[in-house]
Amino acid sequence: MIDSVKSRNVIARYLPVYVILLAIAVLEVFLAYHPIGSRLIVLLGLAICSAGFALMYFMHLAYEKRSLLLTLVPVTIFVLLMMNMIWSDSLRLQHMRPFAH
Amino acid sequence: MSESGIAVHGYGGAILEQSPYAIPSRKLTIWLFIISDAVTFGALLFGYGYLRAASSDWPTPFKFSPTIVNVMIMTFVLITSSLTMLGAVESANAGDKGKARRFLWSTILFGLIFAALHIREWVALIHEGVRMFQNPWGSPLFGATFFSITGLHLLHVISGVVAIAVVSRGYSRGSLTAGHVETTGLYWHFVDLVWMFVVPLLYLLNVSR
Repeated sequence: MIDSVKSRNVIARYLPVYVILLAIAVLEVFLAYHPIGSRLIVLLGLAICSAGFALMYFMHLAYEKRSLLLTLVPVTIFVLLMMNMIWSDSLRLQHMRPFAH
Repeated sequence: MSESGIAVHGYGGAILEQSPYAIPSRKLTIWLFIISDAVTFGALLFGYGYLRAASSDWPTPFKFSPTIVNVMIMTFVLITSSLTMLGAVESANAGDKGKARRFLWSTILFGLIFAALHIREWVALIHEGVRMFQNPWGSPLFGATFFSITGLHLLHVISGVVAIAVVSRGYSRGSLTAGHVETTGLYWHFVDLVWMFVVPLLYLLNVSR
């Protein structure tokens, strides 16, 4: 019986996060047409906020042991940042032509 | 033997160290898959970013109507599908099989609507003359980056729909558990999360004004 009530309330429990995610999506569209500062930085910042909400509440990372969060998130950010740093080398090397005569 | 029992004692009876994350191995596995998939999408988005920044004539073809309106509807559909997936996971954990199944099929329906809207948009762009390596507006690599990133995402949506249908069937028959519904849910939320980056970077940075 208690389980059934819990199940009925499940959508209501996540509604605030759902509304926040929709609001961020609408704000992004507004800022695409009325930019404040750098459009890339603002839109990327809002996307990271949305992703944070989805990770923590939809994917339940906020309710798992802290060690899972501390393992997964920093590693992913580190790999993405390193990728960003070395990616430019692939373009730079085209111009350096290391094997050209 | 329960999963926690296996974690502590192992099948052979030897004492094993308990998982530092206190989650079943299948959940850790899907998390590792999600991380690797995030890096795959990250690589594509970084590549797109470098190409876009290096090009002086990158096209900005997306009009508010129909493209951005369509993207907003797609975003609404995908976020709503995440909500129904949460309903499925919570109902399955509460042991309410009927409700979990209804939520799972709602998620499948939203996923199919998303895929249909996406394919409709692709067809409209192709009619406008956008191909992998040519388009009427500017840098020829626009089509390659757009179709590969949105195509990979669309592939994830379609795979997710198939996976949810399989899990729903297995869960109804009793061959799969609430844990399987939860891991499928994690994958589906990840698909939603990727879309949160695709929209601003691929669409909103390329709106026509």
